Amino acid sequence: MDNDLSVLNLVKKFGDFSAVDQVTFDVPQGSFFSILGPSGCGKTTLLRMVAGFEEPTSGSIQIRGRDMAGVAPNQRPVNLVFQHLALFPMMNVAENIAFGLKRRKVDSATIKKQTEEILERVGLPGYGQQRINQLSGGQKQRVAIARCLVLEPLVLLLDEPLGALDLKLREQMKVELKKLQAKVGTTFVYITHDQSEALVMSDRIAVMNKGRYEQIGTPQELYGKPLTPFVAQFVGDNNVWSGEVVEQSGKNIVMKTDEGFVFRTVIQGSIAVGQHADLYLRPETIRIQPADKEALNCFNVTVKTILFDGANSRLLTVTPQEHELLVALPQNRSFDHIKPGQDIEVGWHPDAAICFRAEG
Amino acid sequence: MIRSLPSSKKYAFSYGFFVCCYFVFLFAPLFVTCVLAFNNSDFPSLPWYGFSLDWFVASGPERVGIFNDSQNLRAIATSFQTAFWVALFSTIVGTCAAFLFEQENFPFKNLLYFLMLAPLVIPGVILGISLLLAANTAGTFIENSFGIDVPLFRPSFWLVVTGQFSFIATFVALVVSARLRKFDPTLEEAAMNLGATRLGVIWHITLKYLRPAIFGAGAVAFLMSFENFNTTLFLVGSQPTLPINLYLQVRDGSTPVINAISLLLIVGTFALAMVNLYFSKEKD
Amino acid sequence: MAVPRSSKAVFWIFLAPVLCWLLLLIVLPHLDLLRMSFAGENELGDMTWTLQNYRNFFTEPIYWNTFLRTAVFSIITTFITFLLAMPVAFYIVKVVRPRLQGAMMLMLLLPFWVSELVRIYGWMILLRESGVINHFLVKFGLIDRPIEMLYNDATMIMGLVYTSMLFMVVPLISVMESLDDSLIEAAYDLGSSKSVIWFKIILPHCKPGITSGSIVVFMLVLGNYLTPNLMGGKNSLWFTEQIYNQFIASFNWNQGAAFGFLLLLLSSLIIWIGLKLSRQKLGEVAS
Repeated sequence: MDNDLSVLNLVKKFGDFSAVDQVTFDVPQGSFFSILGPSGCGKTTLLRMVAGFEEPTSGSIQIRGRDMAGVAPNQRPVNLVFQHLALFPMMNVAENIAFGLKRRKVDSATIKKQTEEILERVGLPGYGQQRINQLSGGQKQRVAIARCLVLEPLVLLLDEPLGALDLKLREQMKVELKKLQAKVGTTFVYITHDQSEALVMSDRIAVMNKGRYEQIGTPQELYGKPLTPFVAQFVGDNNVWSGEVVEQSGKNIVMKTDEGFVFRTVIQGSIAVGQHADLYLRPETIRIQPADKEALNCFNVTVKTILFDGANSRLLTVTPQEHELLVALPQNRSFDHIKPGQDIEVGWHPDAAICFRAEG
Repeated sequence: MIRSLPSSKKYAFSYGFFVCCYFVFLFAPLFVTCVLAFNNSDFPSLPWYGFSLDWFVASGPERVGIFNDSQNLRAIATSFQTAFWVALFSTIVGTCAAFLFEQENFPFKNLLYFLMLAPLVIPGVILGISLLLAANTAGTFIENSFGIDVPLFRPSFWLVVTGQFSFIATFVALVVSARLRKFDPTLEEAAMNLGATRLGVIWHITLKYLRPAIFGAGAVAFLMSFENFNTTLFLVGSQPTLPINLYLQVRDGSTPVINAISLLLIVGTFALAMVNLYFSKEKD
Repeated sequence: MAVPRSSKAVFWIFLAPVLCWLLLLIVLPHLDLLRMSFAGENELGDMTWTLQNYRNFFTEPIYWNTFLRTAVFSIITTFITFLLAMPVAFYIVKVVRPRLQGAMMLMLLLPFWVSELVRIYGWMILLRESGVINHFLVKFGLIDRPIEMLYNDATMIMGLVYTSMLFMVVPLISVMESLDDSLIEAAYDLGSSKSVIWFKIILPHCKPGITSGSIVVFMLVLGNYLTPNLMGGKNSLWFTEQIYNQFIASFNWNQGAAFGFLLLLLSSLIIWIGLKLSRQKLGEVAS
């Protein structure tokens, strides 16, 4: 498959500070690609370089094989959906959408036809004469996307466009965006700090931290097999232990945590006896009162409180050493008897955890 | 003290009374001027001899009303022309200056900005005399070296326009800059991202956004020019503007025709102010 | 900032008119003013460089007395304007019912849209010997015969205060609008008296507005010609009149240029001191 966007060894420095540091990735044609990272990780800078609003310090950006160095932002075959949308308040919806076409000197009959078509496609038929300030948040979103899609860009860049919406609408727009992308088939490059947005919508996600890439992969890979401690912590929730390796054979190790638990687990990378390791354990991998304890690491905890959140309910528990631990609480009525203050036994399978050698 | 805090009746009353007095102080001279325009008297003073429109419409020979007073009418026409050109030039150049100082970066920007603010602190009289001197120097120089007499460099209509423009442009620049500072630059980036050139962005997006501020500044520029006295005094040639003409009449003894002109000016400026206010309200 | 936003051509479109304006109409004329102030004619009528124009200023008491008088009166006028504008601005922003606020603002601004000449003329009709006030005073038997209220210093200062009031009130109103009511409420709640609230809360907050208002008012008063001339009459002794006389009456442009330059120095100096005292920059004050 061809790549719509290729970024090679891209660097952007502001003075001594590297906002983007040696970033390389390819975005295949027609895919939904997300860049996920905490705020200030350099993802917006990266996007602005692709759009042409910032010049890279070094490295190259290619769009469908064409190098973008020295190409002005208004000449690039990419369009950007801005974080705050940047719809022109002095124009109505149709004028906003027609803006780019007019700059290309398209004749007015074609403009009219294409504007109506794209409004139809984003689910806003007949909204052309509305003023921007008459639209709801979700409608503005769709106009901003339509304004770009009507130009048929090779790549559509989206800079956290859902950030300003309220929660309910955000959930809804996630699904809609995904559907829209599948329908139009344009390559989307989406940046966000919200892991759930990235996980739900993307074909592939790049996790970025401090200007560098941590890992690129499908949502399942990032969640199930994080390659770095940062990814393990940033994508999804995790319980963390640190401790010392006491036995090792190949990837299988036995680790003694700082509070005295002895766990069997599997290490990512290599480690030797006596070295320190960090262990990440997702709440849903911990089983409550397991029947078959044979293969599991089992221990006792005290229930502190129940964090009820429908299907996503959890127990906040503490070990005897006051180490807090989140445990998923399936809502299938089998654990209705658990009350705060109670001692319960929990266990987890050695393969379920992710373990890295501790840094430093 | 303030609305939400309790205050004694006496305090509230005396404060209110003070502010009332202040407003009387503000409006008394204007009010008296307007009323005396209708007095059937040869002098702008009491006693009241009855209502008369003589000072507007009389055609002489004893009383000449403003509508028949060719000299004052000519001055009004001159003032309108001056104000028109000054408003036009200062709006264009002031807007350029706003863009220059808000959106561009270049060496000596601060020095240039300081120079632009200078007319705010240079008394109008000084501005007038230095322009008079410079124009005279330039005129003499050109006449001596090329033998051409350039009328522009002598006190004249265009020298007045130039003089007023030189400081009114600063006010326009400040008003437009203030509005430009509130402009969201991502709108420009969005337009550029959609394929517009830099000039296209300015024309289709930024100027459209600035339009109310530019028109408002233009109206104020018009008014400032129409009323200017200090700078104009030194630059005026054979075509006096209305303030200069009125000044000469007031200084040498006055007739109620001045009241009539004042009344027209007051009504005119109030109307312009209201229109300006209405439009600026609407935009908000 | 983003690199590609500005293009060279567009930059020059903006720069060229501004540069022409500032260089040709601001810088060059004032350099010429400075040059002229050092020029004079020798006995043969040829032009020479001389300090005579400045020497005249310091040796003729009438000149430097007028100069000092203008400076002192300008400062007094600015201060009176401030004293009068402060309570008015406060009343409009914080005291009056919000429904009346807009109307009062409008009422406050309207008179200042009218030409200064018309406003001064109104005062002349009111105050002169045959004026409206005298007419009523005589009619009600408060005085026997009309008195001349024009052409004295007090009237002149009143006129100057009146004409420049707006430029004090508007900045004061705009800074006061940014003063959060809850600060005053908090101070009151913590037991402050009115004067403490004024001196510890309101005045410090309003400092930027006070500075910019004072600078503009001072500059306008110092450079005013119309008001001293019409309301102060022959006794006004305002320095701008000296300049006018040199230029228009005696046609001694070199002397006038020197006076003009001295006035420019004075206004720059006092504004500079004002900015230093309030620790502000001209750019901040202007915006």
